[in-house]
Amino acid sequence: MNRKIGMTPKAHGLATITVVYLLWALVPVAIAVLFSFNAGRSRSVWQGFSLRWYTWDPNGSILNDPSLRNALLHTIVLALIATAITVPLGVCLALALDRWRGRIPTGANFAVLLSFVIPEIALAIGLLFLITMLTTPFGLGTTAQIVGLVTFQLSYPVVIVRARLLTIGSQYEEAARDLGASALGAVKRVLLPMLSPAILVSAILVFADVLDNFVIVRYLSSDMSTETTSMRIYSTARAAPTPALNALATLILVASLGAVIIGWLIYRRLGKNDGGDVSFGSFTGNV
Amino acid sequence: MSKGVQRLTWPILGLPAVAWMFLFLAIPFYVLLCTAFGSIDPLFRNPVPAWNPLDWRLTQVAVVFERLFGPDNFYLPPVMRTIGFVLIAVVISLLIAFPVAYFTAKYAGRRKALVLTLLVAPFWISYMMRMLAWVNLLQTDGIVNNILSLGGLLPIEVNWLAGKWYTVVMGLIYGYVPYMILPLFAALDRISPSLLEAARDLGAGGFDVFKRVILPMSIPGIAAGTLLISLPMMGDYFTTELLSGSPETSMIGSLINTSISSPGQSGQAAALILVLLVVLAAPMIWYTRSTSTAEARS
Repeated sequence: MNRKIGMTPKAHGLATITVVYLLWALVPVAIAVLFSFNAGRSRSVWQGFSLRWYTWDPNGSILNDPSLRNALLHTIVLALIATAITVPLGVCLALALDRWRGRIPTGANFAVLLSFVIPEIALAIGLLFLITMLTTPFGLGTTAQIVGLVTFQLSYPVVIVRARLLTIGSQYEEAARDLGASALGAVKRVLLPMLSPAILVSAILVFADVLDNFVIVRYLSSDMSTETTSMRIYSTARAAPTPALNALATLILVASLGAVIIGWLIYRRLGKNDGGDVSFGSFTGNV
Repeated sequence: MSKGVQRLTWPILGLPAVAWMFLFLAIPFYVLLCTAFGSIDPLFRNPVPAWNPLDWRLTQVAVVFERLFGPDNFYLPPVMRTIGFVLIAVVISLLIAFPVAYFTAKYAGRRKALVLTLLVAPFWISYMMRMLAWVNLLQTDGIVNNILSLGGLLPIEVNWLAGKWYTVVMGLIYGYVPYMILPLFAALDRISPSLLEAARDLGAGGFDVFKRVILPMSIPGIAAGTLLISLPMMGDYFTTELLSGSPETSMIGSLINTSISSPGQSGQAAALILVLLVVLAAPMIWYTRSTSTAEARS
């Protein structure tokens, strides 16, 4: 803390800017969440609290409008499947890149880092052309969306797990090998448990980022059945939407925050076993 | 396990992901190249990719250049606009991010974890939802106009969402500034307090400490943040589409998006992406290389 007498004027100024920024960043979203509970159709005039747009409106609520329901489910299904593929694929690549020397791993490492900065639209349209111009085993739709998402997200587990591998170093694995473990046995019994916080953090990041994805899922979608929440917001936000759209966005926000909180609880358990820093700050700092 | 099998363990472990990146990153990129350097079927207006690099023609790229620099240069305004929007957005994002990151790193004290959690929060809120929030607020009968007109007392009714450049720039800043704050925070957090104290003990005034110690040490964070927000903004079309929807504010991403959805123009979309990638290649490779050297060093 600055000196002992409390805050200097400079610190006060900085604190004010930070508070104003945080209000600007978060209050609009809070208002959008609030209006998902509006009893009327307006998104700017409060007409009383109601779950109308979630459950009971006969046509417009998420429960009763099949297209809204489908967008919500499809988004969550995509996020679950993409995470389930991306994380193991990325963890294996991170482990391999850590020891495998030569041209292929160098190229793969470069490709992974490049996929992190390449504009998403380039990757999405490349895949769109690939699928529409060549005979591929799958067409546009769920599979194409998952393929695109996994390719785009692969860098998260690779970068996060590799960073952790570098801090762990090789001594634990070598000790296990000296005690007679096979190469894979040492990875499985020694390295993987030590990597589990990093794997967990990357899984949550991928999951939340897929929930948020728009460009890839849009270009690789086929029809209404592969529409996601983000596509739905894009197509109807300006065309006389009802608070049901806010409700849809709110439910995705709940899914994302739910993943973070569950992740944090698991992280805390893992950390307790290690005796490491288990504060929420260290978790979000890692993220 | 024999030695040979052991040596193969790591390649086998890495192979699925390497194959994946080859199939779904390298090949699509090649298809993109073949389409950009291919032709258009005169009858069906669909793109005919040139699979053999020897058949590559610059027809589509020439069309793009014609529209950029030729007499009928209707691609130029969106390109210049994108550059302008991104420049303004990056500068304002820096002006917001620096004090916020500096406060969090140096003055937040016991509340550091809380402030950091709140700073990270926008990452967990979907981009589209954050834009939707502003679409709601900025409607003509929305809350912003309501506040500005003091609840209808003043005759103020700004049509924020009808092709206003400042609304789009505000949206871009709102959308991307969190990605600027975190790398800056990481850079500023690393400056040890004793270093600042040493500078002060050696007679540096407040501004000198900032100019000669803090600013130079935060350059990597500034560079990373600038890159992390400007690269995606260059391909962004949904922010301007949602917050304006007018051709008056269309960006490079909008050009790509429109060409991809109009028949006979996919080749131009591919050529546009290619031009964009060539322009962005230098910063992308710089970032990729600096990340891998940082990895190697740590």
